[in-house]
Amino acid sequence: MHTPGEAVIEVRGLCNRFGSQTVHENLDLDVYKGEILGVVGGSGTGKSVLLRSIVGLRRPTEGQVRVFGQDLLSLPEEARSKVERRFGVLFQGGALFSSLTVTENIALPLIEHAGLSRPDAEHLACVKLALAGLPLSAADKYPSMLSGGMVKRAALARALALDPDILFLDEPTAGLDPIGAAAFDQLILTLRDAMGLSVFLVTHDLDTLYTITDRVAVLSQKRVLVAAPIKQVEDYDDPWIHEYFHGPRGRAAYEAATKFKEQ
Amino acid sequence: MAGNAQLDTSRNPARLLISGDWTLAHYTLLKQQTEQLVGHYDAQTEVDLDEVSSIDTAGASLLVELLGAERVGQLTDTAQKLPAADRALLQTVYSSMRDFCVPVKVAPQNTCILLLSRIGGAVYKLWQDTLQLLGFIGLILQTLVRNLFRPTQWRITPVVAHIEQIGLNAAPIVVLLTFMVGAVVAFLGATVLANFGAGIFTVDLVAFSFLREFGVLLTAILLAGRTASAFTAQIGSMKANEEIDAIRTLGLDPMDLLVLPRVLALLIALPLLTFLAMMAGILGGAVVCVVSLGISPDMFISLLHSDIGVQHFLVGMVKAPFFAFLIAAVGCLEGFKVSGSAESVGEHTTSSVVQSIFIVIVLDAVAALFFMEMGW
Repeated sequence: MHTPGEAVIEVRGLCNRFGSQTVHENLDLDVYKGEILGVVGGSGTGKSVLLRSIVGLRRPTEGQVRVFGQDLLSLPEEARSKVERRFGVLFQGGALFSSLTVTENIALPLIEHAGLSRPDAEHLACVKLALAGLPLSAADKYPSMLSGGMVKRAALARALALDPDILFLDEPTAGLDPIGAAAFDQLILTLRDAMGLSVFLVTHDLDTLYTITDRVAVLSQKRVLVAAPIKQVEDYDDPWIHEYFHGPRGRAAYEAATKFKEQ
Repeated sequence: MAGNAQLDTSRNPARLLISGDWTLAHYTLLKQQTEQLVGHYDAQTEVDLDEVSSIDTAGASLLVELLGAERVGQLTDTAQKLPAADRALLQTVYSSMRDFCVPVKVAPQNTCILLLSRIGGAVYKLWQDTLQLLGFIGLILQTLVRNLFRPTQWRITPVVAHIEQIGLNAAPIVVLLTFMVGAVVAFLGATVLANFGAGIFTVDLVAFSFLREFGVLLTAILLAGRTASAFTAQIGSMKANEEIDAIRTLGLDPMDLLVLPRVLALLIALPLLTFLAMMAGILGGAVVCVVSLGISPDMFISLLHSDIGVQHFLVGMVKAPFFAFLIAAVGCLEGFKVSGSAESVGEHTTSSVVQSIFIVIVLDAVAALFFMEMGW
């Protein structure tokens, strides 16, 4: 499915330090156009910090992050905002604006950046909602009235609002029931195929890793230990990776995914 | 190239030519074009998608609206010149739009009816709020009485901590404020009373007003702004974070844990602060008297002695616990009313300050009438 072509994100020599604690040391990572890259790692290995460094929410201590061949941090404010519009970010908790309805949440970037009128933007927001698989009855609700799965879908719809080129997902299936999580995986796969997205996916969900990722990057020992298709990562010689993929959960997920693909 | 939709009438039957970029950047333009085309074509009109150069979800949704979901479904099979990715996109958009149809617009309501319904809603809400406050006051009293006879359940530490926060930390601002108001009242009195040659009564004016009214009223209003809002925000964010529910499921009572310590702390702190406020106000008046009226400090004190009975002090002080109780009750109750969002916390914090100041002033007016009629 994926052909390692043009890299949309290139991370080179990234270092992130919090006081005396080093999270990343000389980290290199590429994300290619049109692929789904899964990022895994134990708790506290800096998966979210890596995501925040790439989207520009955090200035790395050292190193370079190039997105579409441009260094985000050295770009002037306006050019940077233009690049950032090609990102869609789904935060772990959804981060929907609690004072706006779901439709208004999605319409906001459309009004601010695409210059649409409010009725047009809200209409288009309904289309995005439908794309994310939310019923229209949810459109006029406030985020606090939604269930966890619906919040994730609404947040995905907002991330997709501007038809981004790169989608960042921070644990999208955490807290969803298995059926909801599987449906969400398929949704991401469909959207990737339809819109040609590149997806940067931080997850702990082994089922997700086995069913939809093209490559998996393992964060460990302050850097990317290995980034390759999952079959190769499994066999990588490292005790943590072995434990991760060959533990009882890893086995079960592998078998489930194989069965799923046979169907 | 901007997207374009036009009817090609050079051929018979006419066909619909769709070309260019059907993307978000051209959305407004494309939408106008498609709206103009409505009625000029039907389900049999041939559609040509060959010239489309790029398409995204916004453009795809417009196409679906222009042609209808079924038609787009057929087109994704027949328009072979369209890249596979674009066809997949069209397919995804049309199938999701077919499954989740477009909402019906709600007809706008009559302004008159809207106005009436709002007034009705506000009156109903006022009634409900009053009932809730009365119920909550009852609940606090019940909890208080229940815990009164069980000294093992007294929560001394949080009460002391709250007294520090709302009493000790507020003392400087209360003293400064009342000192200055005292000085201002004395200035006013000196100016007006001097016209009648009664400048000496400035002493009585300051002492009367601060002992009976201003001491307790200023303190209560200040604490209504400072403490009621803090109570609402503290309890409200706990509510939004499901911490109140956690307290309940642990078999504890939020009334015991959160409300009672706050109410008791304010019941102790407000009278103390009121006393400080009275003293500071009279001191402010005294400074003005000494400086601008030439009344010596000795004379000021002897005038206080002879003219001002102790009942004025008592009339002021007796109001303090009632104000304290109501401010704490309103602050805590508004906190419990918070639901979910950050906006709700702000809304209820505002509401708690407004309500508690309102209640304090109304109660003070009623009390003033009562004490006057009683001749105290």
